[in-house]
Amino acid sequence: MTDVKATKPNLQGYKDFSIGGFHFRRDEFFAHITWPTGKHVMSADTFLRALQRDVAWDFFYGTVNFDHVFGTVNHYGNVDMFAGRFNDAYRKAELDHTENFESPVLKQTFEAMLDDWTNASFDPFASPAETDKPFGQKKGSNTSAVTRRRVAAARMVGVPGDEKIRTDKTHPINRMFADVPQDEPEVYPEPGFEKDVAAFSLFAYLSRSDVTWNPSVVSICKASLYCPTTEEYILPIVHGNDRVDWFIQLSDEIVWDVQDRDSGAPRAKVTMKAGDVAAMPADIRHQGYSPKRSMLLVWENADPGLPERISKGLASVHAVQF
Amino acid sequence: MTKYVTKFGSLDSYEKGGIEIINDDPKHYVFSNIFEVANSSKPWEKVAVGKNMEYVIEAIRAQGTSEWRTCAHDEFPTVLDGEVTIELVKLDKPTLAADHPGSVKLKDEPVGKKMGRIVLRRGHQALLPANSAYRFTAKKPGVLILQTIHGDDTIERWADICLS
Ligand SMILES: [Fe+2]
Repeated sequence: MTDVKATKPNLQGYKDFSIGGFHFRRDEFFAHITWPTGKHVMSADTFLRALQRDVAWDFFYGTVNFDHVFGTVNHYGNVDMFAGRFNDAYRKAELDHTENFESPVLKQTFEAMLDDWTNASFDPFASPAETDKPFGQKKGSNTSAVTRRRVAAARMVGVPGDEKIRTDKTHPINRMFADVPQDEPEVYPEPGFEKDVAAFSLFAYLSRSDVTWNPSVVSICKASLYCPTTEEYILPIVHGNDRVDWFIQLSDEIVWDVQDRDSGAPRAKVTMKAGDVAAMPADIRHQGYSPKRSMLLVWENADPGLPERISKGLASVHAVQF
Repeated sequence: MTKYVTKFGSLDSYEKGGIEIINDDPKHYVFSNIFEVANSSKPWEKVAVGKNMEYVIEAIRAQGTSEWRTCAHDEFPTVLDGEVTIELVKLDKPTLAADHPGSVKLKDEPVGKKMGRIVLRRGHQALLPANSAYRFTAKKPGVLILQTIHGDDTIERWADICLS
């Protein structure tokens, strides 16, 4: 970790971090961010939950807005870190600021900050009902939680040699999914076809997820990725699309606030119930609210050329014209 | 202690959400409900409910026995209602070019070794391996969604199924 610029612990026990013109400091309650043209304060809770996703997802697709001011834009290899870039008032006042970094360089600083600022009893991936508060002076660390391996199947979960199904031993059923049937499909391969004849219970798999708002790949058809996730409370980031993404609500209900990607102006409120399918256009940002833990199938097109075709107007920001 | 009830949908029982527009066109959200689509589909019709460039998710009403189909790439059915049995055959002579998108109907019974059989119930997902032949059977009406690529038999009827 020689490239990470960090200070000695401050009075509250947390290190300051800096990279480029950005400086990060945490105290008992807040993350304080400064850059050459301004400064910003966020709740440590919101900041750490967003930082956790940004780190775990390798900056994800498109924009990860930590809130209405601060965030990152992924260019897949390099990444912009910005303040005020997708905020109309900051843009008009010309106070917005963006710096570009090689992805591994920024990631290293983010990882070190996440590890140092997360106390032993806080898990940024967990529902707030299932973890302690992140506040107070530094008390231990939770490295195993903040460095969870990202689950990504090569073909499909449950195929021999691929990601394994979840069991009581490692993944107990979540309290809010206690009623989800746990039966697995009946699979009868003929001799020699054990690797190709495969199935698993997606619902049982998701009922055992110990994280929230963390899409992980369960099946792959070329660049088409099924990235289901379990959701409870609020998506800790506001996701700005660089391509269309799709939602299939598998259980329960989520309400989505949809805003213009660049200005943040409200565009729609989408309520999704079990069986509902909706596209999120490539020019929006969105944040979801899930009153009860729910199963959401996020469907992504991982074609690396897609964002550029959309930004150049060669492909539509809308999924379908009708 | 609250007893949580997880709500899944079915052909017989589903609630549809909706869109409150502030400054947009509801069509941009291509919003449909899989159970509603399957309720108005013929058995085994492949109705796209999601489309991202060449990729689709099809909602399929499972009822009776389907035709035999084959596909040059992997596909993934997930059952959302009912029970569906899948039979798989390794084709002696795959009929499709390697880059053929989506599945095609086989004219005749498939010729090749039996690969096996899978029984899926609600929430179960399976692999339909590339270049196999497959056939579905559902004794009672059910619903599955299929992760695949837009093919010859993919049906698009967005204006009928989507909020506008
Ligand atoms: Fe998104």
